Amino acid sequence: MRLAGFYIFAAVVALLPVLFPDNYFVVVVGTSAGLHVILAVGLNLLIGYAGQISLGHAAFFGLGAYASAILSTRFDWPSLLALVAGLIAAGLIAWVFARPILRLRGHYLAMATLGFGIIAHVIMVQATQWTGGPDGLAGIPPLNLLGWQVDGDLQWYGVIAAAMLLVVWLSLNLVDSQVGRALRAVHGSEFAARMMGIDTARTKTQAFVVSAVFAAFAGSLFAHQQAFVSPDSFNLTVSVELVTMVVLGGLASTFGAVCGAIALTLLQQGLVVFEDYEMLIHGALLMAVMIFMPQGLFVGLTQAAHRLGSTLARSKFRRSLD
Amino acid sequence: MTAMIAPLPLSSTPASPLLAVTGLEQSFGGVMALAGVSFQVAEGLVYAVIGPNGAGKTTLFNALCGFYQPSSGSIRFTERELLGLPTHRIAACGIARTFQNLQLFFNMTVLENVMVGCHLRTKTSLFAAALRLPRVRRQEQRLRDWAIEALELCELADRATQSAGTLPYGLMKRVEIARALAAKPRLLLLDEPAAGLNDTETLALRDLITRIRDSGVTILLVEHHMPLVMGVSDRLLVLDYGSVLAEGTPAEIQADPRVVAAYLGGAVNYAV
Amino acid sequence: MPEQLFQFLVTGITVGSLYALVGLGFALIYNASDVVNFAQGEFVMLGAMAAIALQNAGFPLFLAAIVATLLTVGVGLLLERFAIEPAVGASVVSTIIITIGAAIFLRGVALLLWGKDFYALPPFSGDTPIQLGGATVLPQSLWVLGVTVVLVLLVRAFFNRTLPGKALLACSYNRVAAQAVGINVKVMLRLAYGLSAGLGALAGILIAPITFSSYEAGVMLGLKGFSAAIVGGIGNPMGAVAGGLLLGVLEALGAGFISSGYKDAIAFLFVLMVLFFEPTGLFGHKSAERV
Repeated sequence: MRLAGFYIFAAVVALLPVLFPDNYFVVVVGTSAGLHVILAVGLNLLIGYAGQISLGHAAFFGLGAYASAILSTRFDWPSLLALVAGLIAAGLIAWVFARPILRLRGHYLAMATLGFGIIAHVIMVQATQWTGGPDGLAGIPPLNLLGWQVDGDLQWYGVIAAAMLLVVWLSLNLVDSQVGRALRAVHGSEFAARMMGIDTARTKTQAFVVSAVFAAFAGSLFAHQQAFVSPDSFNLTVSVELVTMVVLGGLASTFGAVCGAIALTLLQQGLVVFEDYEMLIHGALLMAVMIFMPQGLFVGLTQAAHRLGSTLARSKFRRSLD
Repeated sequence: MTAMIAPLPLSSTPASPLLAVTGLEQSFGGVMALAGVSFQVAEGLVYAVIGPNGAGKTTLFNALCGFYQPSSGSIRFTERELLGLPTHRIAACGIARTFQNLQLFFNMTVLENVMVGCHLRTKTSLFAAALRLPRVRRQEQRLRDWAIEALELCELADRATQSAGTLPYGLMKRVEIARALAAKPRLLLLDEPAAGLNDTETLALRDLITRIRDSGVTILLVEHHMPLVMGVSDRLLVLDYGSVLAEGTPAEIQADPRVVAAYLGGAVNYAV
Repeated sequence: MPEQLFQFLVTGITVGSLYALVGLGFALIYNASDVVNFAQGEFVMLGAMAAIALQNAGFPLFLAAIVATLLTVGVGLLLERFAIEPAVGASVVSTIIITIGAAIFLRGVALLLWGKDFYALPPFSGDTPIQLGGATVLPQSLWVLGVTVVLVLLVRAFFNRTLPGKALLACSYNRVAAQAVGINVKVMLRLAYGLSAGLGALAGILIAPITFSSYEAGVMLGLKGFSAAIVGGIGNPMGAVAGGLLLGVLEALGAGFISSGYKDAIAFLFVLMVLFFEPTGLFGHKSAERV
């Protein structure tokens, strides 16, 4: 019952390529949306639940991608091992930077994460001997899962869908646990959280590390799927887009982040048609959603349904007490 | 009473006190908010701290909880020095509190708020939680039971699934108490629990405080509502301008001419 | 070596002046509304691009500069009216997203008006370099420096000497109290947006003869200005000026002695280091929350 929404989502994801076979839009755009969902769900743990903004999350996305790219092209590591190494590297770097960065508040935190993201991007562009510089790295081998070589759009759709569902499941579990409640408590009132015995620095660090590892996971899959990475995929604009997905869908809701990621992916696909007007419309939409629907699309639309649900739950809970 | 005063102040209570504060000093930019405050709280009492606005009551609480770092003094709790410990470690020693201006987690339900209160009573690792291992599932059930127990003590069980932000003010204050109790503290700090409550709610609060005391939890109470304070407290500490003005039983305090002059302003007899 | 150092210092102070002006704009808006305006860099870009367009349309340089500044002030006022005012009371994250949306929108407008091409203004007084103690200084650098000094002094005098300035300062300390003594907070908010848009536009016009402008030119300048405001302690106007100069000089030295490719990384590394050791900036005041 707790995971009802998850099972419905999983069923839709699984049915899409069956209902629309050989559909370019479903398989290719769906894959891109899946990666965005992984990124947004992870970032939502940090921004939505722990209440800590990050304007530099593309750095971890890039870290995972470049770890996979460099290790599998230059050192001939098996792709799965490169992926795991990327996750560990992202986790470690996030852990080291979490304490000094998350000590900051509000706009100072925004600045620090922004700076972190820009520095990471500059390194991707400048450390040419490792990253290939602005031209990027090509020839990244596809993912090899214990002998099965992932090949073709449909197989990639399956792999990324599975990875995305795993991340959504982990995130749903985490939020509804002691760890997740501690996160939300830090957001709700840092004073009260500390008074309940919550080590707030440690809790924020956990959120930062988990969201970094999820981002690196998406990055690694992205690198193996595209067979090519370049710094353009991990710049400031991408970091801002990631935050946009989280906020667009609605903060502090895993399915909100899912919706935001899918909505922005579709929007980007749709706006390509408008060419030069793309930027204008993108900016106007961002402002409009934030001004008129500050709780985000998903939360705004589901609130009515939720109110109904909580009434039912309350009466059910009362009966369970008798 | 004078006959009971022993030569050494530390042995004035029969057993060693639960909380012993000595010479606590805290200043903010030259203003002495606490100017050498000393007092002791014996286990099992309701001990009230009163004084005019700005006397340093909330500052005292914040110093006890490690939100402020007092410049000198000592805070001994069950023979352990608390001064210098971070707040979450102080909480782990067995101290819980409520807040003068509400610090509820408005982004959670009532039940979840109180479950956070149980945070120290069990540990879940990040991995176990993300994978929702069977032992995490059992732990969640236990946390839920503990929380409901605390909610029932505070007569809030029927509000469990409601979002904390949607409660009326009086109930929000009650949730804070339930959340603090869920930690199973030895010492509970209540910061103006009656502020903003109506008369019926205040009466219910008095019963609740007595019930909590009877369950073995020592209570340190900051409160302006004199009938409540005089009716529920075993001992009182009167602060004025950051210093201790008087200390004693409600009867002694009401008879103390200095207190009457500085604070009570003539009206001496209180009863609920 | 000393000559080289002097040359880098000159470059650094020139660039730093721009960061200072942009940072000043950040501080003004932050003081009035607690909002960090991520569209600040776009004011710079609009000022430069509008001046260039007007100049190409036959306006004399001076007039083009004035009209472009006024146009940008208008954009700032529109932004305040239609994006900031309706969202009063929104969270930090929401206002960040709104102003980022505004920045993208303004970039989109510039893209439609001027395409992806690069433009420049002619230097205000020729491009014959001046030799100054072994360093080569462009006359335009002197313009940048001179105008920045004048503008900073004007802003200071505005805060210290004039009633609207003091009212704006009062709003930054306590908006409710300011309202209670009869200050029209809404007007102050508009004043702040207009002023900082104007400062941004002037910065853009000053730099337009030195670096090329395009629809994207405001992004990095905006971020550096934000860094300047943060390093100086956000909400402290003169701190932002100091932060901007510091950042400009450090960046120029880093570019000169270490690597020009890493110049942005050096600037932001410096900002990170400042924040790690002084979490509220170098000249920011610490505030305690009451529980």
